[in-house]
Amino acid sequence: MTKPGRAWVLGDDIDTDVLAPGKYMQGGLSGLAAHCLETVRPEFASEARPGDVLVAGKNFGIGSSREQAAEALRHLGIVAVLARSFGGIFYRNALNLGLPVFRSDDLSEITDGEKVVMDIDAPSLTRTSNGEKIDLEPLPDFLLHMLHDGGLVPHLEKKFKRATPE
Amino acid sequence: MSGQTLAQKVIARACGRARVETGEIVTANVDLAMVHDSSGPRRLKPVLERLGVDVWDPDKIAVITDHFVPAYDDGTREIQALTKDWVRAQNICAFHDQMGICHVVLPEQGHLQPGMFVVGGDSHSPTGGAFGAYMFGIGATEMAGVMATGKIWIMVPETIMIEWRGALQDYVTAKDIMLFLCGALGMDGGGYQAVQYSGSAISALSMRERMTLANMTAELGGQTGLIEPDRVTLDFLEERGVSPGSTDHWRTDADARLLAHHRFHANRLAPQVAAPHSPANARDISAYDKTPVSVAYIGACTGAKLDDLRNAASVLENRNPARGVEILVAPASVQDQEIAASEGVMKIFEDAGARILPTSCGICAGYGANRLGEDVVCISSTARNFKGRMGAPSSQVYLGSPYTVAASAIAGYIADPREVAL
Repeated sequence: MTKPGRAWVLGDDIDTDVLAPGKYMQGGLSGLAAHCLETVRPEFASEARPGDVLVAGKNFGIGSSREQAAEALRHLGIVAVLARSFGGIFYRNALNLGLPVFRSDDLSEITDGEKVVMDIDAPSLTRTSNGEKIDLEPLPDFLLHMLHDGGLVPHLEKKFKRATPE
Repeated sequence: MSGQTLAQKVIARACGRARVETGEIVTANVDLAMVHDSSGPRRLKPVLERLGVDVWDPDKIAVITDHFVPAYDDGTREIQALTKDWVRAQNICAFHDQMGICHVVLPEQGHLQPGMFVVGGDSHSPTGGAFGAYMFGIGATEMAGVMATGKIWIMVPETIMIEWRGALQDYVTAKDIMLFLCGALGMDGGGYQAVQYSGSAISALSMRERMTLANMTAELGGQTGLIEPDRVTLDFLEERGVSPGSTDHWRTDADARLLAHHRFHANRLAPQVAAPHSPANARDISAYDKTPVSVAYIGACTGAKLDDLRNAASVLENRNPARGVEILVAPASVQDQEIAASEGVMKIFEDAGARILPTSCGICAGYGANRLGEDVVCISSTARNFKGRMGAPSSQVYLGSPYTVAASAIAGYIADPREVAL
């Protein structure tokens, strides 16, 4: 499944307080998502479109276990996050919420705003400007199945339905 | 075949196996799941309803309110009501309401033992590792999966051994060790593997100091921070009615394979301070040339337990803060605050003009009614000084030990407690 969008290139150490600020954690998702990445890219929440991809440095998502950090990105239309490395809890949260995440050391050429096409199944990222295809490391099968189901909850729904015949 | 690390042994037991190999992906049975009022019932209830199930075992769940307490508006009151209703509906007995921060209340109330495999709905869940339990943090959806099934997948981690030999100087603490490590190894130094702390300086730490070490393993990027249980652990647990019996098994075998083994000398460690906006900015306190501060914050699971309160008070006794410095104290648990009060420690804070805040996460996580204002410069005993976390993005937070926070409050600038406390 492929989806075209733009790349949002971010630096290192983008933490969960930047992605989901504590001030807005009390309320609902859309209110919180409006402030996602506000302190580093103020225009992000209003300009992100479905199909867009985040490209980050090391330690993306470090900090809190608040999964709203991943949820907000998904809500704003981000189809994948590519980074040199991830905070461990964020990595699991993203997959559980159906947001594909990939580690890669081959992201340095990508420029902010350039057109890209994400292929979750290959998995790969193609840069539209020059046709360059960046191959990504596939996820373990059981996590890929969960992603295809849409995340942990839809995956468990299927499991529980199978267990209780109607 | 080589021996196993403590991490491998706990995970093996949780899988019902004699041994597990690092790098294997296994499914483990959860001994205990801990949630608080932010990551807990308000997030779990809709998911469990959608799945059409109740919790797998109400006796293996602890719910602790610490984020949205005390309630101060309709939204927070609603969260508290929902939390109480859900606990009742699910027949959960271990409900600790407004007793303090979850990572401190959990062991205080006797829920942890060496060898347990525990998940917590909070990133500072590694705190439980201080007791030789494999405890780590997960998000709310993952927790809902645990609540429904009682299981979780885990990749068996490598162990990074961090050994501290010798002994800490006076006024140098576990917090200084952790800030130093964040500076030396980076916030991904733990590599989402198991970090284990060992050595004479670690064995000499009190249980609460060990909790500080395990707690800030989160900032080091480890999945958990483990300390082998010993007499200190058993004394703490036995005082709370927990008798784990022999802890001989819960050790890393001498011939277990480690990913890395770092060795440091505690005698040489000076107080550390981490400048905004990262714990990895830690440097020796001498590097800070009289940086003025206006707020001195003693709070959080990391920095306001009983030992932390005692330490800060020992510096503040009969002293006043510098003009223009506000001291805020938010004890980590009601129990620790009560013990501190009985020792006269809370009176020292009051006499120094400190504002005593509720026993909740509060300012540390940027929750609640008190947050740092524009351009405020704060020295804090908490774990994380990310930009905008504790208040306005323009606020600047320096991290230090409770001794350092107290010394800085007196001086009006970042100050070495070894000098101020004379």
